[in-house]
Amino acid sequence: MVALSLRAVRKTYKNGVEALKGIDLDVAAGDFFALLGPNGAGKSTTIGILSSLVTKTSGTVSIFGHDLDRERDAAKRCLGLVPQEINFNQFEKVIQIVLNQAGYYGIPRRMALDRAEECLTQLGLWDKRNTVSRQLSGGMKRRLMIARALVHAPRLLILDEPTAGVDIEIRRSLWDLLRRINREGTTIILTTHYLEEAENLCRNIAIINHGRIVEHSTMVGLLAKLKVNAFILEPRRPVAVLPEVPGYRLEFQADGTIAATVPRELGVHGLFDALGEAGIEVVSIRNAANRLEQWFFHMLEESDPERLTKTGLVVGTLEPNGVAS
Amino acid sequence: MNARVVLQTILHKEAHRFLRIWPQTVLPSAVTSGLYFLVFGSLIGTRIGPMAGFRYLDYIAPGVILMSVITNSYANVVSSFFSAKFQRNIEELLVAPVPEWVILVGYVGGGIARGLLVGGVVMGIAMGFSESRPIHPEIVAAMFILTATLFSLAGFLNAVFANSFDDISIVPNFVLTPLVYLGGVFYSVEFLPEFWRNLSHLNPILYMVNAFRYGFLGTSDVPITQAFAMTSILILLLTIVGLVILKRGTGLKT
Repeated sequence: MVALSLRAVRKTYKNGVEALKGIDLDVAAGDFFALLGPNGAGKSTTIGILSSLVTKTSGTVSIFGHDLDRERDAAKRCLGLVPQEINFNQFEKVIQIVLNQAGYYGIPRRMALDRAEECLTQLGLWDKRNTVSRQLSGGMKRRLMIARALVHAPRLLILDEPTAGVDIEIRRSLWDLLRRINREGTTIILTTHYLEEAENLCRNIAIINHGRIVEHSTMVGLLAKLKVNAFILEPRRPVAVLPEVPGYRLEFQADGTIAATVPRELGVHGLFDALGEAGIEVVSIRNAANRLEQWFFHMLEESDPERLTKTGLVVGTLEPNGVAS
Repeated sequence: MNARVVLQTILHKEAHRFLRIWPQTVLPSAVTSGLYFLVFGSLIGTRIGPMAGFRYLDYIAPGVILMSVITNSYANVVSSFFSAKFQRNIEELLVAPVPEWVILVGYVGGGIARGLLVGGVVMGIAMGFSESRPIHPEIVAAMFILTATLFSLAGFLNAVFANSFDDISIVPNFVLTPLVYLGGVFYSVEFLPEFWRNLSHLNPILYMVNAFRYGFLGTSDVPITQAFAMTSILILLLTIVGLVILKRGTGLKT
């Protein structure tokens, strides 16, 4: 079953900016799906159209088979939105925000109280139910937005940058929560600037750029297209100077480990040989969780090299042949 | 969609909002109107003498009550809806399957509730100063509700089109207040020179104040039926405009 289907969706704003140039996209029910793209690519416009906050110029959107124009209420009932910006009333209590949201979906008060307790407990906020929302920490505010979005038990949950600005501990706990929600059957669409997040959570991915879907595949399939691998190497003893190894790129990490970019055609043996010759003994090796980031930069560089040069993002990215520059 | 539950939720939220901040929403009108009755009614009013055959205090009391209904119903919707836009929590309603008419009725209902509450408080204070009581309570009640409805709708439209807090204070300060003060609250337009009297008849608030005063005193500068007809037509007009702009998403969607 298809949770979300977009066909030829276009959006041209009043100022003439063509944000979406005919998007086709399908997301399967039960999927954990990443929608990625650089700033201004059209992600927010797409989410705005799905959540009825942006009026599309043309095309069709259906959510679990309900056309958003013709069966508006049924389509909207299937959708839960966690926006990027904090957008609840900061003067209201936590419980009231969630109860109001339930009320907007027509859930009677008694049932709404049960649902609010369930969602706030799930998000670890039940103890804070009588706290005025502006007094919550940043992480709690993020969790409140998720609790609010879940109160009407949506079948499709859209999260727009849900972990923006939160520390790594909260981010990890939100990841666990989202995995659990997805396991329980809710389809999730995630946009994020933390590509590591998408790589860790999502099974399928679409990349949008200049208002068009430029990549739509499985996460595994996309990462397989990488022409390089990235590893983190842990040396036995602190290393003062890294050797120059032709074809490879080596960089110190803040914790003294070494980030190694390894072209597939060269493999790791040559690197270990060179490190051994330089007297560097490696005691452990692990994948760097930034493979998607490498692909992303590569894709952007190919589609719009000027943009990367202008923003300075070109530093440290990949040559088209996959060898580190 | 259970529209009744949605409407109850919005009304509850709105009532909860203005009751929670009652020192900002209820108290100022009570204090101001008390001062009007004290200064213009009891202190200066005794020197002014009768107006249209009534004690000055009795003459101005209905207008002062209606003035509080006008300003409070308008202020409630304009500030609540604009705050929802500003904080973006209006998106909660736009994302949910809420019919446009429910949003309009919910916010306008909140404005009416505050208008009636504050108007009731001011009426209570007026009773302490004035001996006059409504002789046509049905006209008083009807004009009470119609006026609150009309200015709640006007506040809603102001909030939809407003882009800044300046925009929501311009209309109340520079349009509404002059119209209220020149709408026959403190005087009978019959005392004005012809030009100003004719000009005053273009002011819709004049009709509402006079109809309301008729309910109390049985006297009016304008025909009562005309006042009710005009107020009802304006309500209908603003309701249609409100629904159309909500449907289009003007000022709310891009």
